[in-house]
Amino acid sequence: MSTILPPFEEIVTAHGPTVLRVCRAVLGPMDADDAWSETFLAALRAYPTLRPGSNVKAWLVTIAHRKAIDQTRARARHPLAIDPLPERPAPSEPDRWDGDLCAAIQALPFKQRVAVAYHYVAGMPYADVAALIGGSQDAARRAAADGIATLRKTYGEGVPR
Amino acid sequence: MMTTYEPREPEQSDLFVTLPAIEQETTRRLHDRLVHEAQTAGLLDVAYRTVDSPVGPLLLAATAKGLVRVAYGCEDHEKVLERLARDLSPRILHAPARLDAAAKEIDEYFAGLRQGFDLPVDWSLARGFRRLVLTRLRAIGYGQTASYAAIAIAAGNPKAVRAVGTACATNPVPVVVPCHRVVRSDGSIGQYVGGVETKKTLLALEARHD
Repeated sequence: MSTILPPFEEIVTAHGPTVLRVCRAVLGPMDADDAWSETFLAALRAYPTLRPGSNVKAWLVTIAHRKAIDQTRARARHPLAIDPLPERPAPSEPDRWDGDLCAAIQALPFKQRVAVAYHYVAGMPYADVAALIGGSQDAARRAAADGIATLRKTYGEGVPR
Repeated sequence: MMTTYEPREPEQSDLFVTLPAIEQETTRRLHDRLVHEAQTAGLLDVAYRTVDSPVGPLLLAATAKGLVRVAYGCEDHEKVLERLARDLSPRILHAPARLDAAAKEIDEYFAGLRQGFDLPVDWSLARGFRRLVLTRLRAIGYGQTASYAAIAIAAGNPKAVRAVGTACATNPVPVVVPCHRVVRSDGSIGQYVGGVETKKTLLALEARHD
């Protein structure tokens, strides 16, 4: 186990893409960039106090989770923001990230969405997912399973089994 | 008590295995934004980049105070960055723009267009007598050499010839702080942090353009 923290650049390279996928799954492509940036800036600020050898991915997803809750609450306070106007521009073409799947995940209830994102997208075991979102490990597993079942119905056409 | 099987690695859902990789353009844009916001927030403790040179790729690293490290390829840039994380701060990002001025001066030096550096240097990585020795090296002009013994005298400790050698061997900012201009009293070239061949190349370059 490492006794010193590696340069933060290594953290960005190793975990940046996964955290972006998680942000896109939880918040949608529109808000994912902001959430990613806030997550990594907060992580950079706290980084010198991180214990060497910590599970860095879980640490980053924890920070991203708090940002996601903040954004979700902000949307609830400003209900207009949840219902984007049709003419709001779509993400530019190179930034499209399997938009249909992303939209299907957005339609899930928050708990199912984060359970799917943290377990299937971030690859965290259910024990860690439960620690993050609250409730038991089984509840986290059920939320993810329910989410996946819904995704199969709403997005599943053409998905190999 | 129900026990459930928890796989070591979460199972893959086929829903997610076909997702495309994150686009390079997106990765670059987010990284640029992070560097910018980190710098604005005062959180970019060490910025680095590499530059190509006739003696191989050089790693340049700077703090807010100035250039703190120049490293040859033979020093293993990855290890150098790890030591910077340990000795200075782990808040290290690849931020080429913050080292544009340093890269330009180094390019000009290797092109024979520049004989001295105007860059601010952060001496944090050199302490005590070693730092004193290194600050004396700037007095050796472009194209000139001085002996380890002469530098020991200039640093106020004529007996510290070996310590001068150590100071040169551990110079955190070679090329910019010209430890390559320090040679043995008998005229032989001595050792160099970037290897003896590199030392010869630098001295030959300076002899050509002096």
